[in-house]
Amino acid sequence: MAVEKFPIEASHVMMFARSIGDANEIYYDEEYAKGTEPGAIIAPPTFVQASAQFDPDYFLRPKIGEEWFGSAKGPTGITKKKEGGGGGGGGGLHAEQHYVYHRTPKVGDVLTAEVKPGKSWEKEGRRGGKLMFTETVTEYRDQNGELVVTATGVGVRTERPATSGDS
Amino acid sequence: MTLKASEVKVGDSYEEQVCENLSRTQIVMYAGTSGDYNPLHSDEIFTTQEAGYPSVFAHGMLSMGMTGRMLTNYVGDGRLTYYGVRFTSQVFPGATLTARATITDIREEDGVKIADLEVSTTDEEGVEVIKGKASARMDD
Repeated sequence: MAVEKFPIEASHVMMFARSIGDANEIYYDEEYAKGTEPGAIIAPPTFVQASAQFDPDYFLRPKIGEEWFGSAKGPTGITKKKEGGGGGGGGGLHAEQHYVYHRTPKVGDVLTAEVKPGKSWEKEGRRGGKLMFTETVTEYRDQNGELVVTATGVGVRTERPATSGDS
Repeated sequence: MTLKASEVKVGDSYEEQVCENLSRTQIVMYAGTSGDYNPLHSDEIFTTQEAGYPSVFAHGMLSMGMTGRMLTNYVGDGRLTYYGVRFTSQVFPGATLTARATITDIREEDGVKIADLEVSTTDEEGVEVIKGKASARMDD
């Protein structure tokens, strides 16, 4: 995922904070935020994940004119060529996420995201079946080219649907 | 609230209930704001009939986000220098989650006092769904 322009916008931050159940005024009240140490509305710690909204090719968002794998008339909107598939669904699951904060993103920042490939490895699942892990490192930089957040995500693909504790 | 190095010690901990009886609608809200519309999180028909799971389940990042609320309430806004987790178990609708942070080390880095924390979020049955670490700047 590469994002050329990820503006940190007030209404997006407010809605994101609501969606994680965080009522902290620093995420929506500009006057309140001015009186705090950061001095402005800031992004919650996991907010940079929402850069997906600004990635034109993000694969987990339906695109105009393209088939979507979620249900429609049938349980999936994808026209199947052959039987099979299923299992895992949606390109695997999220196994780990790490953020290093070089500074706190604030409303008004315009970030870029550059993805660097990370390691990949395999492991046997607890209930059998192979687990395939892939790491991606995303560097978020601000309008001055300064590093703001380094995000490291680990995804896992399973040979069968993961159950609790397997992922 | 911010942490003061002079007032905390290794072993101190803080916890918050970060969601109660998690609704599918809350999960949909998170899909909408994060941009992750994977149907595994909102589309019961796809998830049960096509992907083979018992039900839709929360984005790991929703649990990490809710756990982050506990962390920032404890260490203060804009104070985190690191926050990382493993998603150790899936979170299904109806979950009630409690997030806890425990101070594991207090150290100094470039003249700044840093608290290292262990982070753990468990569901109503005591199953750990998030296991992680965080570091935060403290006042003296």
